[in-house]
Amino acid sequence: MDILVILEGANGAIHRISKEAVAAAQALGKDLNQKVSVLVFGKNSDNLSKEAASFKVDEVLLVEDDNLKSYSADAYAETVKQIVEKESPKFVLTGYSYLVRDFFPKVSARLQKPLITDVTGYKVEGSKTLFTKQVLHGKLTVDIETKVDGPVLVGFQSAAYSLDNLEKGSAKIRTAEVTLDSAQLKTTSEEPFQEESGGVDLTSADKIVSIGRGIGKEENIPMINDLAAALKAEIGASRPIVDSGWLPNSHQVGSSGQSVTPNLYLALGISGAIQHVVGMKGSKNIVAINRDPDAPIFEVADYGVVGDILEIVPKLTEALKNQ
Amino acid sequence: MKIGVLVKQVASGESPLRIDTSGKWVVEESIDFTTNESDSYALEEALQIIERSGGAGEVVVISMCPAERTPKIIREALAKGGHRAIHIQEEAPYETDPFMVASIFAEALKDESFDLILSGLQSDDLGSGQTGVILGELLGMSTATLVMGVELQKGKLRVKRELESGWFQWVTLPFPACITIQSGLNQPRYPSLKGIMGAKKKEIKSIAKSDVKGSGTPMQEFSRMYTHKAEKRTEMIEGSTDQIVDRMIDIFKKNIKVI
Ligand SMILES: Cc1cc2nc3c(=O)[nH]c(=O)nc-3n(C[C@H](O)[C@H](O)[C@H](O)COP(=O)(O)OP(=O)(O)OC[C@H]3O[C@@H](n4cnc5c(N)ncnc54)[C@H](O)[C@@H]3O)c2cc1C
Ligand SMILES: Cc1cc2nc3c(=O)[nH]c(=O)nc-3n(C[C@H](O)[C@H](O)[C@H](O)COP(=O)(O)OP(=O)(O)OC[C@H]3O[C@@H](n4cnc5c(N)ncnc54)[C@H](O)[C@@H]3O)c2cc1C
Repeated sequence: MDILVILEGANGAIHRISKEAVAAAQALGKDLNQKVSVLVFGKNSDNLSKEAASFKVDEVLLVEDDNLKSYSADAYAETVKQIVEKESPKFVLTGYSYLVRDFFPKVSARLQKPLITDVTGYKVEGSKTLFTKQVLHGKLTVDIETKVDGPVLVGFQSAAYSLDNLEKGSAKIRTAEVTLDSAQLKTTSEEPFQEESGGVDLTSADKIVSIGRGIGKEENIPMINDLAAALKAEIGASRPIVDSGWLPNSHQVGSSGQSVTPNLYLALGISGAIQHVVGMKGSKNIVAINRDPDAPIFEVADYGVVGDILEIVPKLTEALKNQ
Repeated sequence: MKIGVLVKQVASGESPLRIDTSGKWVVEESIDFTTNESDSYALEEALQIIERSGGAGEVVVISMCPAERTPKIIREALAKGGHRAIHIQEEAPYETDPFMVASIFAEALKDESFDLILSGLQSDDLGSGQTGVILGELLGMSTATLVMGVELQKGKLRVKRELESGWFQWVTLPFPACITIQSGLNQPRYPSLKGIMGAKKKEIKSIAKSDVKGSGTPMQEFSRMYTHKAEKRTEMIEGSTDQIVDRMIDIFKKNIKVI
């Protein structure tokens, strides 16, 4: 086997981030002239395997087992490990969702094979395939090389590949078996749930003023309320602001929060970490103020100001009030 | 309960970063090192778990880093309430393969027989997000990641895992367990003056990395490091604060048409 993509189900369909990984695999398969297979596992996963068979891939492997009915890190890791041992793929790709994060490193430990995570792309150079990711607060990029024979495990960053590039086809489904010993499955999980929604809905906002750690302290929040009022905008925030309890959860933008697409996203003192950017880069106009000229937020901004928000914001509010 | 906490020193977000002559890492002299953000939450959770269970037990702070830098973050963790520390001292070239890092920890910590190991979910510098899980696997512990809440039950642990977009899931796991902590589940304390004074007397056990046999050789390494290209053409607005504000109003009016 050449390239194997591990698919994750979410609400009876294949998770978006898994489909992005299939798009990545199809591109890699073309560049390396390798075939792409996908793995679906669970219990009663007919819907998932049918959906998987609609992708342009060589084949769909299907594993059904009672121990895979609900999520267990040990059962999931063991399933992938056994399939990889049996099928010997050269690459094992997956979308690096919050669920996959929980069990995929276990596969790396059990197979003793390298895992590269939050990957944004790849480069084929001669006989080598390098995987690219951001490091050091998103300010720098590295190309990572592996030093082993046999499978390289890769987790793709959400939104690294576009679903527009996912090619459709019709693949055959092959069932495969694994042996899971329920005594070895240590963790048990309950049904996923959503925390008190309510609060602000940023997804339909036309203008968002969003604040990050650059705001400095909680006492500076009223200054932002004034600006948002003058601009008739909703208030968004990066994770540290919510973590500190300065704004409720519902204001968080990013992979753990809301994904927003306003007409104006004004980012104030936000560095532009990838987990934040995935939630706002679809905004029509991004304006960023940050005192660090190297802040990665400027890479996605349409307009940028290198400066101190504490100085600029009060004057901007005044000027807006005078309009 | 005996709890180990992994704390890593990382470059702070505002450190100037220049790529060094190897083209694979940054010039370290100009970096300001701090405790990895999620590790601060992991330490706080460990201290609270001991407090919640009546104060019986021990929090052992564990860090791998060069000899000269680490004591600052270790001392800070001890000042906050860690009971003792283990410092695995390393020299360049530093370990960059998360599997190697975890296997060195596994070897150095196996005789401690921790009931619980906490780490951050992901480092702010390399962000592999694997070290805790692989360490747990190598030590035969149960594991869970992205933990936003911890409940102690008899002989087991019930943790609240974060999923995407405001979703969560409770997972139950037996001891010994190794869990990775997501930022935001508590409010990390500041060290008190008394804590800072007391930390000076606490034990820091130093182990040379070369004395610990990690299994195998690195399986992945950086081939090159570089600054990425911008996704968009950004118009930079320059001038005095007043000029900047005037131009922003202009853009809001004419270009974006939001006022
Ligand atoms: C699994 C996972 C999920 C995550 N989910 C999310 C998420 O959903 N949303 C999210 O936002 N993050 C998320 N994060 C965290 C993310 O990685 C970053 O840590 C976070 O986005 C950083 O927030 P920040 O930009 O406010 O802070 P920092 O990175 O600390 O940046 C602060 C910025 O403010 C600037 N600054 C400081 N003072 C001033 C001033 N006076 N004037 C102007 N600029 C100033 C600094 O130059 C700096 O660039 C997640 C992380 C992980 C690992
Ligand atoms: C050329 C080069 C030089 C480097 N120099 C240094 C250096 O001087 N100092 C340095 O710290 N790193 C250095 N690194 C990075 C280091 O090798 C990483 O610690 C390693 O790859 C682990 O990956 P991660 O941090 O992405 O782990 P992750 O899996 O993202 O880490 C998750 C958690 O594991 C724990 N953890 C991980 N590593 C450690 C550690 N060393 N000590 C305690 N807890 C830990 C923390 O709780 C952390 O939150 C260097 C890397 C390169 C390429």
